[in-house]
Amino acid sequence: MANDAVVDKGRRRFLTATTAVVGGAGAAVAAIPFIKSWEPSAKAKSAGAPVLADISKIEAGQKVTFAWRGLPVFVVNRTKAQLDALPGEDTHLRDPKSDNTAQQPEYAKNEWRSIKPEWLVMVAICTHLGCVPDFYPEIKPEPFDPNWKGGFYCPCHKSRYDIAGRVFDGVPAPANMPIPPYHFVDDTHILIGVDPGKEVA
Amino acid sequence: MGAPMTRIQSNSRVINWIEDRLPIFSFLNAHTGGYYAPKNFNLWYYFGSLALLVLVNQILTGIFLTMNYKPSAEEVAPGISAAFASVEYIMRDVEWGWLIRYMHSTGASLFFVVVYLHMFRGLMYGSYKKPRELVWILGMLIFLALMAEAFMGYVLPWGNMSFWGAKVIISLFGTIPWIGESLVQWIMGDYLPADATLNRFFALHVIALPLVLLLLVVLHLAALHEVGSNNPDGVEIKAKKGADGKPLDGIPFHPYYTVKDIFGTGFFLLIAAFIIFYAPTFGGWFLEHDNFIPANNLATPSHIKPVWYFTPFYAILRMVPSLFGTAIWGVLAMFGSIALLFFLPWIDAGKVKSVRYRGLGYKIALGLFAVSFIMLAAVGAGVVGELIPEWLGTSVDATAIENLFGRFWTIIYFGFFVFLWFYSRGMEKTKPVPERVTSHD
Repeated sequence: MANDAVVDKGRRRFLTATTAVVGGAGAAVAAIPFIKSWEPSAKAKSAGAPVLADISKIEAGQKVTFAWRGLPVFVVNRTKAQLDALPGEDTHLRDPKSDNTAQQPEYAKNEWRSIKPEWLVMVAICTHLGCVPDFYPEIKPEPFDPNWKGGFYCPCHKSRYDIAGRVFDGVPAPANMPIPPYHFVDDTHILIGVDPGKEVA
Repeated sequence: MGAPMTRIQSNSRVINWIEDRLPIFSFLNAHTGGYYAPKNFNLWYYFGSLALLVLVNQILTGIFLTMNYKPSAEEVAPGISAAFASVEYIMRDVEWGWLIRYMHSTGASLFFVVVYLHMFRGLMYGSYKKPRELVWILGMLIFLALMAEAFMGYVLPWGNMSFWGAKVIISLFGTIPWIGESLVQWIMGDYLPADATLNRFFALHVIALPLVLLLLVVLHLAALHEVGSNNPDGVEIKAKKGADGKPLDGIPFHPYYTVKDIFGTGFFLLIAAFIIFYAPTFGGWFLEHDNFIPANNLATPSHIKPVWYFTPFYAILRMVPSLFGTAIWGVLAMFGSIALLFFLPWIDAGKVKSVRYRGLGYKIALGLFAVSFIMLAAVGAGVVGELIPEWLGTSVDATAIENLFGRFWTIIYFGFFVFLWFYSRGMEKTKPVPERVTSHD
């Protein structure tokens, strides 16, 4: 390179800019595998199989927890008193008619949020920040609510839900607790993770 | 620094040989014996060096803990993960393992004690103000990195509070509209905090974040030494220099402040040793009781709460209700409570630095701000929720009273910044600032 050569500044700027763009694009693409490596692995994905729940031993008023995809699924055999209290709660609730379609399948959009009125099948994950709410089934005054009609109370941030998993107004949780896809295989068995009328994948 | 680094004079040929190639001794001298600090430092000026001391403790004890800890959530016995078992192994079977772990866990809490006091010092004496804005911002970045570091460290024992703490904190990102849910899965690498989560948190805790922390500490100190330390009077010592070009109110950091800091270190170690040997869990405040139970994804601890140093921010998260079908407001308020501190140098337009010469309004506001921090900590830790039925009886609606109380102090916390904005723009009546520092001659 001759020292006295005239520098073509436009050409130099062009070459610098194009090199920077190509280099930057390369670096961005090279980052993809590292970012993607944080996605759930094939092993984690395959652990999400449907769960067959035997409900024959669940007495009225009782709750049993099943694990589905590592999530706690509450199956509650609700009493008549609990069901009768449901309509009275509507005015205290944020979404009494379950209008938020993301929180339950179409077949559970009813006043009990279930296929059969007495059987509640629900992913017991507080919609605030993912804690498991505690089950307070009895219709009696509780420390957190003097007019308690039975339901779920989240110990983390004090969100309250009624016995259909519908969230109260004025608590941190924004939505009703989700109802998973499920159906009755027979009178005493529920398959969690599969919609009615669908074959097991 | 400030002035260009002066070459040290030495009679040793070895030192001169090295200096010609790498001026390491000149560099060290410029930051110790050649660094002039104000001579009126008081007790509040211990906490910077103590924070550095704790950082060294965390790194040293941390390295030794990794030699026996196993970052695996796989079960080695029914309901017991390898991680949980390895922590118990360190506590029971590794020679002196209990001491190393308690030094690490106590160090974590004491880190926040000294950092909070260090930050409060900055608020009192206006150390965030021009020309020290970058010192403050780098310090805030250290605080952020430290919170991430502490959170991930807390997850590692894979106790039940580890699991649920991880779940709640990661779920914060789930409140972000549209991308929230997939972001949460991306962070966890699973549908719930699992082996993948534990592994990556381990990697971040032991290498990624410590590297970031160390880099930030170096930058924090470099920026500090460029502009020089503030002091309790908030006067710039560089403004008045003697004939030798040294600040009249300055003394060499070494030996004067190295000796002072070593004294502080001795006192601090006394307290730390007492906690490590006699009260390592500190009554459930430094190590929570629920974390001595193995992680269980189907059972939330009955009183889920973070370790004490996160409780003020956690309280703000809890006190803000959901609106318009999303819980993001509490999350925004919580992050906002920290973000606002970054902007403090520009929120506060007051020219007078030290609280000694600021208006009464600032003194009261700063006092209330400190009280709000403590009250919110009490709310976040569940202390207030427990005391209400004790003091007012069980017939009252404890949740409603707690919310009222917590929301009041949340408003005070944010109110500090709003007040400061207006107060420092014309309303403040300050006292005259002396030309030289007031104590000592």
